[in-house]
Amino acid sequence: MTPADIQQLIDVTYITAAIGFILAIKWLSSPVSAMRGVLIGEIASAIAVTATLFDPQVSQYKWIIITLIIGAAVGVPLGMVKMTAVPQRTALSHAFGALSAALIGIAEYYVAAPNVPKFEMAEIGLEVIIGSLTFTGSIIAAGKLQEWLPQRPITYKGQNYVSLTVLGAALALMIALVVHPEYTQLFPIMIGVALIFGIMLVTPIGGADMPTVISLLNSYAGFSAALLGFVLSNKVLIVAGALDGASGFILSVIMCKAMNRSFTNVLFGAFGQVQPKAAGAKEERPVKSASPEDAAAILAAANKVVIVPGYGMAVAQAQHKVRELYDILTKKGIDVRFGIHPVAGRMPGHMNVLLAEADIPYDRLMEMDDINGDLPQTDVALVIGANDVTNPAARSDQSSPIFGMPIIDVDKARTVMVIKRSMAAGFAGIDNPLYYLDNTLMLFGDAKKFVSEIVQQLSGNH
Amino acid sequence: MPADFISSLFVFILAAFLGIELIKRVSPLLHTPLMSLTNALDAIVLVAAIIIAGRHETRLSTILGLIAVAASFSNMVGGFVITDRMLGMFKTGKAAKKS
Repeated sequence: MTPADIQQLIDVTYITAAIGFILAIKWLSSPVSAMRGVLIGEIASAIAVTATLFDPQVSQYKWIIITLIIGAAVGVPLGMVKMTAVPQRTALSHAFGALSAALIGIAEYYVAAPNVPKFEMAEIGLEVIIGSLTFTGSIIAAGKLQEWLPQRPITYKGQNYVSLTVLGAALALMIALVVHPEYTQLFPIMIGVALIFGIMLVTPIGGADMPTVISLLNSYAGFSAALLGFVLSNKVLIVAGALDGASGFILSVIMCKAMNRSFTNVLFGAFGQVQPKAAGAKEERPVKSASPEDAAAILAAANKVVIVPGYGMAVAQAQHKVRELYDILTKKGIDVRFGIHPVAGRMPGHMNVLLAEADIPYDRLMEMDDINGDLPQTDVALVIGANDVTNPAARSDQSSPIFGMPIIDVDKARTVMVIKRSMAAGFAGIDNPLYYLDNTLMLFGDAKKFVSEIVQQLSGNH
Repeated sequence: MPADFISSLFVFILAAFLGIELIKRVSPLLHTPLMSLTNALDAIVLVAAIIIAGRHETRLSTILGLIAVAASFSNMVGGFVITDRMLGMFKTGKAAKKS
């Protein structure tokens, strides 16, 4: 075969890979076919990568094989992390993806510099800027999720103007390079400015907004890969990047809707700052509390139970105890389902994975909109480690910072039980009127301990 | 404007529209595996990294290419491994009882 034949053959494998990628996402639509989706994705990637290794342009294998081994040595442990650590792993993989795209763009630039045609320069410049800012932004997001960096938003006066100026500077440097390609010394400055902008983009964003941020970074990482495809005229990169970018974009829209916030609000609003109003005048209102025995008796008498878990449940490592509770109630013939808010957890869909890991059947996991219609007919709503997503003030109190946010209407159930450590305010620092309702019982204690005490009571009654 | 750009744009727009239609249909149940799977697919930039590293044009381009090979391959392997693990956990009531 001539090199041209081989090139054509490689192109055919790239088209095959693109078809595989599309089928992979199509089959992910349902848990029944999802496994097949992953398999076709794996096969598609393997075919394209293997074919590329036979590309006549590739003349040196030793170091490629060594770096592939290093990549696998890093990748496998990152694929084996605990389910609670999936958000930070995902942020880290956005960083790696953006880093590879940026580095390839930089390499392309220096091979061609200073004779880079204007159009190509604009493509490379944009690609490297997006790749670089996504790299540092994702590292900061991963640091916050891993709690190596403070989760609270870090803000200062005039921050948005400073950030926008920095982004403007990166773009201005890119334009300068398009107009004057001979000023090659501007290129590393442009990269540096973009890297700084990525840090400034994510640092002011609080932990509660991580599901949106991680989706946005996913989108950026995808688009940087697609842009790299433009630079190299490589269509399989364009297809994979467009799919990844579209996925991140749709997930960020879903996350924003679930919090009733706009993109600009997430990026520039610094949600989660202390509400000075709430801290000042705090009245002591009476709450009713109950013991594990009371809670067990109420649950045993119910026909329909809806459990609403929040990230607090995962922090307390209570999901396996919750599964025991689910098992014992189901055995008694009680209908138990889970109401999952889209932002429960630290990334889109995170809570579903945590519950699936605890062996709770996925047909028991209901989306917010599906469960809300059933809550008025529900005997007991049990809230575990969730706060703001059950706050009825989001429906009624216009002055509340979360007004308009869709919530799970647990207050409409006949009895609401809330497992909570203390009366301290939630993540966003907002008081929750749910706790003072007549039909609400507060179960004070650690989620894992409290649930296991309820389980003990229920199994003892036999 | 290079001729390549138009055909690239063509592919990009079709893929983006197709992506939006497909991803809208993914159950919210699977949004975390969706993100890790698209991440693994996106790691196909590995093919570009292999070519840059294998072409040996300059010392700098080779080194940058090799770093990109390691970073993107780790994403590919890690992304598929974790997606596989996560999907293995999703069971229906019947299947959960059997296991």
